[in-house]
Amino acid sequence: MYPINPERDQLVVRKLSDRFGKAIELHEVLTDMLCITVHKESVQAILIFLRDDSELQYNFLTTLCGMHFPDTSQLGVVYHVHSFVNNHRIRIKTFTSIDQPTLPTVTSVWPAANWMERETYDFFGIQFEGHPNLKRILNMDEMTDFPMRKEFPLEDQTREDKDDSMFGR
Amino acid sequence: MVQGFNTDYWEKDIVRSDEQKEYNTLNVGPTHPATHGVFQNIMLMDGEFIVSTEQTIGYIHRAFEKIAERRPFYQITPLTDRMNYCSSPLNNMGWHMTVEKLLGIETPKRVDYLRIIVMELARISDHLICNSVIGVDSGALTGFTYIFQSREFIYEIYEEICGSRLTTNMGRIGGFERNFSAKAWDKIRYFLKTYPAKLKEFENLLARNRIFMDRTINVGAFSADRALAYGFTGPNLRACGVDYDVRVMNPYCSYEEFDFIVPVGQSGDTYDRFMVRDEEMWQSLRIIEQAVAKLDKMDDKETYFAADPRFVLPPKEKVYNNMEALIWHFKIVMGETDIPAGEVYHCIEAANGELGFYLVSDGGRTPSRLHFRRPCFIYYQAYPEMVIGNMLSDAVLTMSSMNVIAGELDA
Repeated sequence: MYPINPERDQLVVRKLSDRFGKAIELHEVLTDMLCITVHKESVQAILIFLRDDSELQYNFLTTLCGMHFPDTSQLGVVYHVHSFVNNHRIRIKTFTSIDQPTLPTVTSVWPAANWMERETYDFFGIQFEGHPNLKRILNMDEMTDFPMRKEFPLEDQTREDKDDSMFGR
Repeated sequence: MVQGFNTDYWEKDIVRSDEQKEYNTLNVGPTHPATHGVFQNIMLMDGEFIVSTEQTIGYIHRAFEKIAERRPFYQITPLTDRMNYCSSPLNNMGWHMTVEKLLGIETPKRVDYLRIIVMELARISDHLICNSVIGVDSGALTGFTYIFQSREFIYEIYEEICGSRLTTNMGRIGGFERNFSAKAWDKIRYFLKTYPAKLKEFENLLARNRIFMDRTINVGAFSADRALAYGFTGPNLRACGVDYDVRVMNPYCSYEEFDFIVPVGQSGDTYDRFMVRDEEMWQSLRIIEQAVAKLDKMDDKETYFAADPRFVLPPKEKVYNNMEALIWHFKIVMGETDIPAGEVYHCIEAANGELGFYLVSDGGRTPSRLHFRRPCFIYYQAYPEMVIGNMLSDAVLTMSSMNVIAGELDA
């Protein structure tokens, strides 16, 4: 468990709400980490603010990954940022519709995001606007699908010799 | 015209700079002895010097994140083995701890100490490979052949603990599958007794070796600022002078009770990376010694898993004679244990840096999303910046000292 620090969580939420107002859609503590859902238009500005604000200093992008929610036809991107100075981690989430999957890039904020965004594009098809080199990274270039989306089941759905219905999925 | 070849291509591949210099394109990899793994670098060379380079990765991509979405939790452990296969127990333990965090399982102290022994052994074996390979790439094969005996011995210890060597699938969610055997303890103690002399010998071969120092000092240096921006973690970041270690920053598995030093370098060059890993091996030895001492002091010699029946297979005698145990056995083997909905991020200090697991569960028997933060994947993208302007032979050393493991790179 990471140390839970409610004062710092509140500070982050207060500073972000003061600065960005409606762009902060939701904030909650999940297990041991503050998780903030933000509007996709301002995600880049929010991450720059988190990095540069003298009280917050989330200077390190731990990881970035995509998600797919077939029920709401949405794609999401989850950023984990870490402040080494305050030893505090937070999670930023943002969502975009699957028909228009565009998000601003954060490669200019952290060069580390370069390959992580390429990976997210490769597997979820999220277009990061302003990315210097947005092409596939782990899959072959000729591929046209985005394989981590939920519409691609792992096993052949036409198989009849295997009945998984009693085991949930 | 050479028969069978279109020589126009050869002419086309020659890139001319403004000064009418001829640049050559050089393919290093995907299968090249100097890459130590399956990945390619397309380098633009000006004689011996690198003008630009582009990495191609994904040759052994196995879609672990996708496969994990259809597997029960305990079946994901073998997937983690195959990421950084030089230190699979570390990955296994990291994964178990992630699930334990989601389930809220508190592991007993004895399990924590046993895990620490295994994790530090894995760290030693990983650093051994990396450091001896730096030696090989600079032309000193001897150290590599000496020290591989020790790595072999660590694998024998794994074998005593879990039965396998490279892809260990060690432990279970909540603890271990069985207690350490007497033979495993003998081997661990023997290792603690004999290894320092061997490591010292290995260190003497390289650390103050004039040729080795000339080859590695100021090669592939990287500043702390750039390293942080590029998401470096682990020994590579510490070699740049940043004392970030997950074991200290966010202690897990009772690391806060242990006394050890986090070594840091200064210039982030190949020599610093070598020395940081070298010192970390000494510190790992200290940690194992402390863990063994703590375990010796404990009265309890039997506990090896958390008192939670959901994930630890009950003993066979009980399965045959006890209804409850039979039910749990069935549920565990069929992967029928439900996990509460929730999401966690947990990270451990793996041999290459912060190995993170972002696990989202929607309450089913499989994760709905599992993302691995692979340290290699993140820091390898800085490779061009580290080698451009250097010579090819230095680039090879830089790569081996970064310890890029193809399995972890491609997931």
